[in-house]
Amino acid sequence: MNIISRDEPGRVDLLMGNEAVARGALEAGVSVCAAYPGNPSSEIVGVLARVAGEMGLHVEWSVNEKVALEVAAAASLAGLRGLCTMKQNGLNVAADFLFNLNLSGCKGGLVLLVADDPGALSSSNEEDSRAFARIGGLPLLELSTFQEAKEMTRWAFELSESLSLPVLVRSVTRVSHARGNVTLGELPRRETLPRFDPERPFVSLPVVPNHEALREKLQRAREIFEASAFNFYRGPERPELLLATSGSGWLYCLEALVNLGVEDRVGILKLGTTWPLPEAVVLENLRRADRILFVEEVDPFLEDNVKALFADHCEELGLKRFLGKADGTMPAVGELDPDLVMRVLQDLMEIPYEARPADYAAKATQETADLVPARSLGFCAGCPHRASFWSVHNALALDGRDGFLLGDIGCYSLAMGPTGFGTMKTLHAMGSGTGLACGFGQLHRFGLEQPVLAVCGDSTFYHAVMPALANARYNGADFLLLLLDNSATAMTGFQPHPGTGRTAAGGEAPVLALEALCEALGARVEVADPFDVKETTGTILRLLRDREGVKVLILRRECALVRSRRQGKLFRVEVDPEKCLGDRCGCNRLCTRVFRCPGLVWDRENQRTRIDEAICTGCGVCADICPESAIRKEVA
Amino acid sequence: MFIPKDPFNIIIGGVGGQGNVLASQILGRVLVAGGRVVTIGETYGASQRGGPVMSHLRVSAGDPFSPLIPEGQCDLLVSLEPVEALRILGRYGNPAVQVLTNVRTVQPLDVLSGDASYPELDTVLAALGSLSRRLWRINATEIALEMGDPILANMVILGALAHLEVLPFTRRAFQGALEGVLPDSRMEENLDAFDRGARAVEELV
Repeated sequence: MNIISRDEPGRVDLLMGNEAVARGALEAGVSVCAAYPGNPSSEIVGVLARVAGEMGLHVEWSVNEKVALEVAAAASLAGLRGLCTMKQNGLNVAADFLFNLNLSGCKGGLVLLVADDPGALSSSNEEDSRAFARIGGLPLLELSTFQEAKEMTRWAFELSESLSLPVLVRSVTRVSHARGNVTLGELPRRETLPRFDPERPFVSLPVVPNHEALREKLQRAREIFEASAFNFYRGPERPELLLATSGSGWLYCLEALVNLGVEDRVGILKLGTTWPLPEAVVLENLRRADRILFVEEVDPFLEDNVKALFADHCEELGLKRFLGKADGTMPAVGELDPDLVMRVLQDLMEIPYEARPADYAAKATQETADLVPARSLGFCAGCPHRASFWSVHNALALDGRDGFLLGDIGCYSLAMGPTGFGTMKTLHAMGSGTGLACGFGQLHRFGLEQPVLAVCGDSTFYHAVMPALANARYNGADFLLLLLDNSATAMTGFQPHPGTGRTAAGGEAPVLALEALCEALGARVEVADPFDVKETTGTILRLLRDREGVKVLILRRECALVRSRRQGKLFRVEVDPEKCLGDRCGCNRLCTRVFRCPGLVWDRENQRTRIDEAICTGCGVCADICPESAIRKEVA
Repeated sequence: MFIPKDPFNIIIGGVGGQGNVLASQILGRVLVAGGRVVTIGETYGASQRGGPVMSHLRVSAGDPFSPLIPEGQCDLLVSLEPVEALRILGRYGNPAVQVLTNVRTVQPLDVLSGDASYPELDTVLAALGSLSRRLWRINATEIALEMGDPILANMVILGALAHLEVLPFTRRAFQGALEGVLPDSRMEENLDAFDRGARAVEELV
């Protein structure tokens, strides 16, 4: 029995923030859920997909965020409730549709949940998606706790329906990828039958009257927000300092006040509905104190909007001192944590605080500095990407013309680092490596002599590379695209995609073969096995020397993590201690120092390499690169 | 069972891929089923690929706490990797902290490449001992390998933790927490790992 579909109102369970959002959608009677995976949002649709059958939902992994939003919006236009989820980068992709949908309006409750990643813990940027609510004139809710994640999501559907407008719900990593107690509510029975009313078209035109109608809807949203229980004040009647916070800042503020013992001196205004700002609530609380500190991630969204509101009411409110990102009291970038909030409050309230005895802190810091080695990220043991980039790296060196590889987002982004031999040289949006290659691939006419390579993964190919490849063929760009097909959206948790033959809910799906798609887009296509290092290197070298047109080399090997879940090791791998010469070999410990697979460790005592059997996944590639053939592999 | 501090702060540490998140989820469910309010902050995502990972568990009788433990506030540290235990004490340790650590090392890429060195295990354990009030060790990975799958080390160390009786954590509660998280077919194997862990833990300090 899945936790999120339990029909046990009142039951308390430990739910991940993303599971709480999913449960909130179920309690709202959602019918259609669509997303493209992206951390920290992935688990919402992931868990909904697992209960799709029993709950009678349509749940899909769409090929990208814009399509996902369109799928969820279709449910809404037919009168059903739709949920679309994505990470912050995804909102950029979906924005084109969103900023027309706001004008056309919608019908059934439509909720767009965006999980931001302050500090970019698993992202290529840390953009603050709240700005989109302002640009698009959309009501914005911010999740602070796990119970709230469920309640707010459920309420967001009602709000959307009452305004005929999509509602933006903003989560952050520390809510989405955290867990807490959640009390379950009722699961409703859905009774609405979908119907698209031909008499009621949804179009953004005429723009200006629809824009005016959007402003009126926002005004109604503001009135609703003024009475929302998600906005409240906690603290003394007249605090010395008022904290204004939203999202993850709420729990950090609470903790900081308790730890510093200043609950009777500092108050907290916690806002759950942050656009449009509930002006009366904010003004009423601004009256409490003359110093206001904003605690929010990442941009000064609340800070700027409250200050703008204050500017219109400064005569009645009198002088105020605003502290936050603008004056440097709070850091302008990165994520918050309770220590950071405590440090700022210590200074502002002039309170001494010692986290732990100074002598212990000194000793702990010293022991760590002396003994603890760094632990860099890298490809997993047996990852086909390591083998692929080994071949790319070597082929580029053999070619000798300073060829360079343009990349984008996925596990393979790690090819910027040492386990990908520093091969990947650009990293931006999904599909951008291939888009950049379209441009670099035109520069030969200006004298660019270097070979141009791009890399993408299989899931990224469907998401954003297909248009770039069509563009390359149409405009005659010359480059080699390496399509790393590991048969999964591995970075975000192995979600299926159109090439895997499976749907989100586990059903069968037709396979949209990469070879056929690339050929249809006009590229010449070859396929190689990255574990065959010699042949792959030779193929890349040959394709590099052939400069005309768009070539695609599909490097196909299943993700090692996916494979090892299903079956054991491919090979039993052993190091022959007689043959391994260690530092006398002259290979500079190629297998550990250069190839850097964590399944291989350096045995200091015996001055030899050995296999760590708890980590090795038995890919056997190291056996092929050892110059002394000291690593043996046998079919397991 | 009475928990002596509120919030009681637990860190489960290790290296990406060791099953850290599942261990924290199971322990969290045990405590929630026992009536506690729990918040867990997890670090993963990019760090899934071989980097240090940590789960912060805040256990309270009343309000939820934030998913991040403040500096110096760890009460109990359970680590699936010895040097990671030391890394965590560097920021979160204090003189009263209790530590349970796996002794099987996972060599960082930086050590494989020769850019850093991994200290002798005895040196790590001595440092851990000098920075903690109590210290227990277990070779959870070796036990898991004997059972045929190194990923079971996370359940082995939970069994060891339950045996220490520093938390209200019984075998029965463990079994209850697995239900709804793992398929029934995996239950027996995980209970076996738990039992082996309970038998194998030893106290050092």
